[in-house]
Amino acid sequence: MIQNVFSGSKRYWAILAAWAVLVAVGAAAYSVQFTDGLTVTGMSRDVSWGLYIAQFTFMVGIAASAVMVVLPYYLHDYKAFGRTVILGEFLAVSAVLVCMLFIFVDMGQPRRIVNVFLHPRPSSPMFWDSVVLFGYLILNLVIATVTIEAERQEAPPPRWVRPLIYLSIPWAVSIHTVTAFLYAGLGARPFWMTAILAPRFLASAFASGPSLLILLALIVRRFGGFDVGHKAVRTLATIVTYAMVINVFFVLVELFTALYSAIPHDVDTFAYLFTGLEGHSALTAWTWVGDGLAVVCTVLLVVPAVRRQERFLVPLCAGVIMALWIEKGLALVVAGFIPSPLGMVTEYAPTVPEVLITVGVYAVGGFVLTALYKVVLSVRGRLQSA
Amino acid sequence: MSASRRRFLKELGCITLGAGAGIPLLDPDLTPWAPYPQGEGADAAAGTRQWAMVVDTEKCLRPEVRAACVEACNREHNVPRIPDAEEEVHWIWSEPYEHVLPDQVHAHTAPELKDAPVLVLCNHCTEPACVKVCPTGATWKRESDGIVMMDMHRCIGCRYCMAACPYGSRSFNWRDPRPWVETEANGKPVSDYPTRTKGVVEKCTFCAERLRTGRPPACVEAANLVPGGEGALVFGDVSDPESEVSRVLREKNTVCRRVGLGTGPNVFYVVPTAVPTAAGEGRA
Repeated sequence: MIQNVFSGSKRYWAILAAWAVLVAVGAAAYSVQFTDGLTVTGMSRDVSWGLYIAQFTFMVGIAASAVMVVLPYYLHDYKAFGRTVILGEFLAVSAVLVCMLFIFVDMGQPRRIVNVFLHPRPSSPMFWDSVVLFGYLILNLVIATVTIEAERQEAPPPRWVRPLIYLSIPWAVSIHTVTAFLYAGLGARPFWMTAILAPRFLASAFASGPSLLILLALIVRRFGGFDVGHKAVRTLATIVTYAMVINVFFVLVELFTALYSAIPHDVDTFAYLFTGLEGHSALTAWTWVGDGLAVVCTVLLVVPAVRRQERFLVPLCAGVIMALWIEKGLALVVAGFIPSPLGMVTEYAPTVPEVLITVGVYAVGGFVLTALYKVVLSVRGRLQSA
Repeated sequence: MSASRRRFLKELGCITLGAGAGIPLLDPDLTPWAPYPQGEGADAAAGTRQWAMVVDTEKCLRPEVRAACVEACNREHNVPRIPDAEEEVHWIWSEPYEHVLPDQVHAHTAPELKDAPVLVLCNHCTEPACVKVCPTGATWKRESDGIVMMDMHRCIGCRYCMAACPYGSRSFNWRDPRPWVETEANGKPVSDYPTRTKGVVEKCTFCAERLRTGRPPACVEAANLVPGGEGALVFGDVSDPESEVSRVLREKNTVCRRVGLGTGPNVFYVVPTAVPTAAGEGRA
């Protein structure tokens, strides 16, 4: 099975080479950060988490969303997802890998990262997040490789993998719940300290993840000759629609609670996001673009005639990903630090090295995803031609 | 390893010297910040102590008092003086009254009071949020005396504690701090307190290293040496009703920061009885 990774068309190698170049650029930028410290980033005393932790948060959602294909297929025997499941699982594997790398590049003392397991403190959500992410990576890697290997041998998957599949369903929910708890348990940060954060994370995950999966499935169909089927794409689009509606609803619920109660420390952060605070408005344009996109995409997705046409679905999925990336991969983490506990409004903007490292980490994900999807295409392609 | 051995030898020297000179450094009854009780009864005393501080905001309005405290701390702990405000490292410093005690100000509070500089430091909370979130136990609440400690060798630099601290009391070494540490003419740091590396979080430790040798925190000592600064910072065991800290808390109107969060700060503030006439400068 693994041998499929090492043979392929020129296009396959070109894609891998392109990812590798980006990885190399990111690695070069990381070596600068490793030497000089996190001073090379835009983070500061007041905004002490930035792009890395925000990307981590966004990508946990992408990873968790595999459950949206696994659950219908395995629990409800929804046959239309037969060809999508493996794409979802391998997407989850790459996404978790990216999450772990984002945590790693954010560490001030990366060489000590094993301390999380050598000296674990169970009261820390970060410890539990490491545990569930590792578990999720292993679960998906085992499940996906075992099922594709069985398929290659044209045999049914071994029985022992079934309980693992069932376990992976609540496990997917757990990774994003624990990630939300990382934020929601902090009395110091009123913007994050909301009981709806975990549900909100899950809703946005189940919109952004399947959106990405639709785009990937269409790319794979066009360039890899592997068709997941119209029905699968349609069902995924329906899942995206419901998740987006719920996500927009959750955001409105948050806004109501903060703005109607009008408690200053709850209002301040929303004021910073939507109007700017004390003359600082770096995220205002992003917020309006993100929320505008979210509303427009949701409204259009709700219309079946629009959603069912691929020429509309593709930009809508891209719009959903963009909107939720702004919401979770940018605004949510940074805005939580504004204003600071000492009432300061310090803004944050990533630096060039920080952006390059971020691109590099995503490129690792892209590289791994390309290789894993190549395995799927080779195995399935051989079966189809046989 | 060598640092801890050096410290041990130093302590041993202090104890020998103290005992030799007949100074009752080890007698907990005579010095409010005495080191750990020794011998019999030590276990019973352990876990009952909680170091605490009362900051008299009025006395600390004098810029020379605040400057002395901050300077003494910076020198004692080799705190780097980083020029970039976004990467500053602070153990004890000043912030405006309205930001330190936001629940004490309102729309009609006199601006001179709102802007009055107040000393801030780690609160050594009874329920520290930073300790709860630390994934490696690099920061912990010491059972014997309630100090929130930091192990700069275990810290992985994830900065979760900084997100969790409601007081902004923790600083991260965004860069190598050593070039910014004050040095003697021979190039050595002014104090033999271990300097830190980049990528770790640090903060006030109530001068745990001084308490161990029977000395009060550097800031407390420094404040008392400034004319008019006597009693500006009062330090002691809040679980001992006879301590000076307990006496001040009994007699004066004190508040602590963001009491509604339930963290239970152990740094208390005597609020000014009147609006200060001339507001001091901002951050010291």
